[in-house]
Amino acid sequence: MIESFTLTTGFGAWNALFWVIAFAIALIIGWIIWSRGEKTYDTGKESTAPFLSGNAEPDKEEVHIRAGNLYWGYTDALSGYYRFIRPFHTGNLSDYFLAYLLVTAIVLVLVVILK
Amino acid sequence: MDIILDNLPGLLIAIPLLGAFLTPIFSRAGDNLRNAWVLVITALSSLCGLLVAFRVLDAGTIVYAFGVDAISHVIPPDSGGVPIRIIFTIDPVNSFMIIIAAITGFCITLYSISSMEKLSGKDGFFTLLLLLIAGVYGMIATGDLFNFFVFLEISSLAGAALVAYRIDKGVAAEAGLKYAALSTLGGMLFLVGVGLLYAQYNSLNMAVIADRMQLTGLDIIAFVFFFSALAMKCGAVPMHFWTPDSYTMAPSAVTAFLVVSSQASLYALFRVCFTLYGGQLNPLTVGWVIIILGVLSMFIGVTMAIPQRDVKRLMAYHAVSQTGYMLLGVGVGLAALSNSCLSQGVGMMALKGGLFHIMNHALYKGLLFLTAGVIMYRCGTRNLNRLGGLGHNMKWTMIFFMIGALAIAGIPPFNGFASKLLIYESTFLFNPLLAVIAMVVSILTLASFVKVFHSMFMGPKLPEYQDVREAPKPMLIAMGILAILVVLFGIFPQQVVDFLVAPAASALVDYHGYISAVLGGA
Repeated sequence: MIESFTLTTGFGAWNALFWVIAFAIALIIGWIIWSRGEKTYDTGKESTAPFLSGNAEPDKEEVHIRAGNLYWGYTDALSGYYRFIRPFHTGNLSDYFLAYLLVTAIVLVLVVILK
Repeated sequence: MDIILDNLPGLLIAIPLLGAFLTPIFSRAGDNLRNAWVLVITALSSLCGLLVAFRVLDAGTIVYAFGVDAISHVIPPDSGGVPIRIIFTIDPVNSFMIIIAAITGFCITLYSISSMEKLSGKDGFFTLLLLLIAGVYGMIATGDLFNFFVFLEISSLAGAALVAYRIDKGVAAEAGLKYAALSTLGGMLFLVGVGLLYAQYNSLNMAVIADRMQLTGLDIIAFVFFFSALAMKCGAVPMHFWTPDSYTMAPSAVTAFLVVSSQASLYALFRVCFTLYGGQLNPLTVGWVIIILGVLSMFIGVTMAIPQRDVKRLMAYHAVSQTGYMLLGVGVGLAALSNSCLSQGVGMMALKGGLFHIMNHALYKGLLFLTAGVIMYRCGTRNLNRLGGLGHNMKWTMIFFMIGALAIAGIPPFNGFASKLLIYESTFLFNPLLAVIAMVVSILTLASFVKVFHSMFMGPKLPEYQDVREAPKPMLIAMGILAILVVLFGIFPQQVVDFLVAPAASALVDYHGYISAVLGGA
């Protein structure tokens, strides 16, 4: 039974069943912790409102973080890489042909030299 | 019944071709009849594909010749041992690919019937879609180089027309033009390669050419033409530029099948390296060329995906990145063949990982493109900056997206993890740096899809999408089929490897077996 869930890689093994069981146990633990929480907590009152240094809470739609604002730090940290790589993606069909012919030439040289 | 079973390889192509040409006629009788016709045709061709595949896996390679009632007539006594007629050679590698096309083909057709409902020009759309399916089946099943070129052209032209089908202020037309122009250049160079081999070996049959291969200068030039054309068609970096353009602008169901079309080119690339030139070219050189293309595709694909704000363009770059994994696995498998110590253990495992990833990618990437199509269908935009909070109203789409996203990121227990595990472990033993790059790319993939998930489904309901509804049922069923397979292949990976992947990997390296199946079996 357990073997049917086991993937042998030749150098090790992986069993999906154990993962599913571990995941289920983690969910159950989470549910137990959640269910032991404060039952009198009233979600509709002021106690649940965020404190924004005394400012009024903006509408929910206005605080949704859009995709353009995500991973700003990542793209900024790699800005040098992106400055290098983006210019290759010109959208110009002539450049597409050039890349194709360039690879053809490089592969030809490699295969001829190292055949 | 026997006559149908004996002619299944022919029906695999004949049914979608017949379906394509009759679709405009059925359209005259109304949308419902046309939809039923297209769905029946796709279901029948998928059924044929699955039956052929399971027959091959059960009884061995099928060599099917068009126009003769007995396979013994394929090589006439006075032909000097050269097979004539068009021959389909279906071994476990072809079966593996046919299963992918059969499953995905049915799901995208079912999805399209609903997603195209409100649009005009559906007769032409479904005609082209069936032609694309027929072209892909032909590329996978044929054992003849010129025949492969013909099917490559059918799939390229149908694919380009479908990319440009919704003109979209000219952007889609431009994307279709780019796809068509690059495919034409690739196809022409491929045809020159076929001509070079035909001039020397007097045959177009892959098995005959593989048997007679001398590795002359012309053979090497032909190999390079084949290699670059097929690597471009599968979207390997740095020939990937057409991929984000075309995948973004094509209707989502078409994009899901363009992924399979690219994988058919990937299959042909492997067939050329392992079978057509098997044992002649230095496997270490060719293997490392494939590995380098794979690493470039993985890394540049994922890093270009992360900053994208168009969900389909982002997914298209991920398709490039995932193609890199397949190239890496199979490249390591090929390179390891040159080393007797590595070939059986590391090489075969890498090969299995690469092939398994082809199947997994078709399922989860197809699923992801279909979820993106649902978003377009309901919200009318692909722009992630304008989306949000859709999880409140589109729970099933969100669940399907999560399954696809976790699978592509290689998170257990989904299918992407199983194939990536095989690639990681075998690649690590071959060259640890390659395995590290592959794992880093997986982490970046997860990061990218977390962004997409948050942008589309999380957050409060946005005013413009307050009343957005869940996808129609046919679209949900199509996505559901793919999602179930993604989960099942992840929970029972060993069964898939034993039944589908291992026979395909063994058949791919056994080029003598391929040759003897055609020449010895005739």
